[in-house]
Amino acid sequence: MSHTFVGMPAFPDAAKVALVDTQLRRNLAHATKVIRTKRNGVVGELDDWQELRLAGAAIKDRALRHLPDYLEQFEAAATAAGATVHWARDGDEANQLVAELVRQAGADEVVKVKSMATQEMGMNEALAEEGIAALETDLAELIVQLNDDLPSHILVPAIHRNRAEIREIFLREMPSAPPDLTDEPRMLAGAARQHLRRKFMSAKVGISGANFAVAETGTLVVVESEGNGRMCLTLPETLISVVGVEKIVPTFADLEVFLQLLPRSSTGERMNPYTSMWTGVTPGDGPQAVHIVLVDNGRTRALADPVGRQVLRCIRCSACLNFCPVYERTGGHAYGSVYPGPIGAVLNPLLNGVDAGPVEKSLPYASSLCGRCFEVCPVRIDIPDLLVHLRGKVVDSTRDRSVPTAEMLGMRAAAWTFDKPGRLSAVQRLAGLGRRMLGEQRTSLGPVPFGAASKWSRARDIPLPPKESFRQWWHRTRGKGGAA
Amino acid sequence: MKVALFVTCFNDTMFPESAKATVELLERLGVDVDFPTGQTCCGQMHINTGYRAEALPLVRRYVETFDGYDAVVAPSASCAGTVQHYHSRIAAERGDAALRDGVANVAPKTYELTRFLTDVLGKEDVGAYFPHRVTYHPTCHSLRALELGDRPYRLLRAVRGLTLVDLPEREECCGFGGTFAIKNSDVSVAMGADKVRHVRSTGAEVLVSADNSCLTHIGGILGRERSGVRTLHIAEVLASTERAAGTTHAEQPAESARWKGRPEQELAGQEVTHP
Ligand code: SF4
Repeated sequence: MSHTFVGMPAFPDAAKVALVDTQLRRNLAHATKVIRTKRNGVVGELDDWQELRLAGAAIKDRALRHLPDYLEQFEAAATAAGATVHWARDGDEANQLVAELVRQAGADEVVKVKSMATQEMGMNEALAEEGIAALETDLAELIVQLNDDLPSHILVPAIHRNRAEIREIFLREMPSAPPDLTDEPRMLAGAARQHLRRKFMSAKVGISGANFAVAETGTLVVVESEGNGRMCLTLPETLISVVGVEKIVPTFADLEVFLQLLPRSSTGERMNPYTSMWTGVTPGDGPQAVHIVLVDNGRTRALADPVGRQVLRCIRCSACLNFCPVYERTGGHAYGSVYPGPIGAVLNPLLNGVDAGPVEKSLPYASSLCGRCFEVCPVRIDIPDLLVHLRGKVVDSTRDRSVPTAEMLGMRAAAWTFDKPGRLSAVQRLAGLGRRMLGEQRTSLGPVPFGAASKWSRARDIPLPPKESFRQWWHRTRGKGGAA
Repeated sequence: MKVALFVTCFNDTMFPESAKATVELLERLGVDVDFPTGQTCCGQMHINTGYRAEALPLVRRYVETFDGYDAVVAPSASCAGTVQHYHSRIAAERGDAALRDGVANVAPKTYELTRFLTDVLGKEDVGAYFPHRVTYHPTCHSLRALELGDRPYRLLRAVRGLTLVDLPEREECCGFGGTFAIKNSDVSVAMGADKVRHVRSTGAEVLVSADNSCLTHIGGILGRERSGVRTLHIAEVLASTERAAGTTHAEQPAESARWKGRPEQELAGQEVTHP
């Protein structure tokens, strides 16, 4: 099951479309800047932020190193507490399992807590095919769902929409929206609350993901801001939680680290408003049928890659999106996946394999390698290094072609030139000759209509090479054979 | 101390003035700098684009060329960063133990120019004179890979006659990113255009940086916009002296691949007075 949207163009083409959308550019620039400022403020308050990051990375690495053991420990603890644990190899299996569980509960409607795992697997669409309506209850997720839109951010899936646009969507798609609705945040939230309350009261089944799964106790944890999660997790009779296997942390005490790292990195808050934890079934309180679906869906593929496996530390805080200069300009849709931004650029190819399609092949190149993502990542995922690692895999996947790519030929020619200083020198002399022929007054070229040069020169002048390279100059003035 | 210049293939081929300035500066500070002619390229473009196998001979050549020196100085943050962060990995993943040992010896002795000046030579005032209004772009590699911090600023502040103005949003990437500039040229230009907007808002005559590659990209947009702002490698600013004022490398457009946003006479009339 692929995690990228079907039929999406590769990143450069999708980005081009996004870049000319000035409304989108404004919405994104504003929203990401607000979150960045908030995040920097609350992170700056902690003297031990770097130690917390190291601890977060170390805990996750330990969990991943012994993943099978911790998963079984989790299963045993959750089962002992009254939960039923299911295992799914991929998204299709998980979707079928969940549809079956919903049917068993006698429901054709479910309320959902925002969950990346279920989005990744296209669960809402799969349930719809089975005649089950899934209602997203997170405000931004609801906006996306009402407008039949695609999410563009991990945490704020409607970040590409502004208030005026949201008002229009509500008026158009929400029957209970008051006709005098304004675009004040309070009014919009009020309309959504009215719309959702009725559903919360009537729903028999809730579906959630989990931010953490504690092996030691069998506890699941959901971290959220709006309280919609708390409603979904406590009101329905049946609760089904779909959890990626990498969500495991070994002990309850480990949460101390992550509950500091996550809210500060994601919403820029010291603590998020609602943290829900549950361990199996509590008789007479909350859901009495508790199911947990543990899903692989590509995780073990990523785990098998010694360099790539660090991606499974990700706690989906979205700090890397908010700080990414590429994301800030293109938005999330250009990444063609529910996981956009820097984490998406590495996670999708690692979960699906770089040769899964054009999107996966293009994503490792959707970065200038500026390093901001690594700097802010609360679990120290070295995303720039992973991007370079994955680029190697993309290139290696083209090596056995009978006709090499143009880029491969160019890179080989460059490597051949650099292999001997004499060759480099010869190329430089040729360039110098060309420069003399162009006339010495010119220092740069304007637009060039063909090849890679056209991509450069459409908006940037091209510098001309000097008449004499440095090594020629050294040879001429110092006489130590610079032109070797 | 036996010091070698690692000129980098890009400076060697496109920006020899920056390399000459590096030699001139180091010699003025009493460093006897050598240019081992076996050097070519650190392999950055190949590694960052995914051609790791092709980079292996380049790593080997780098190690062989610079093995015998006490320090290697590179007027490029991104190339110094590649040597320090990637050479050992390339050697290790190809299972070449001898090469790995060689890298372990050479990579830590490879210095980006401003770090060499401040940390090894202990200099801040390098005796430079550069009577211009200047702003500095800290490139991503100098900022995050090499963590140069305020070193370049300390050096620039000590230059006589130089007015250093703050660049807004300076830690934002300029959008160059090597082959990113071609593969994702639209995003790259969008990022560069924002950088240029900030540069122009400073009223600086000269944009200075530790990487000619980023300056090629930013300068390409500055030139296309006919902004009149020049780009200059920090080595050329630090090499400039009273004696050479008016005839620094930067003032010889025909010799240099720099852009001038507008004809030289016009620029000369724009000289900004400074305190
Ligand atoms: S990669 Fe790091 S910064 Fe990005 S979402 Fe995951 S945890 Fe957050």
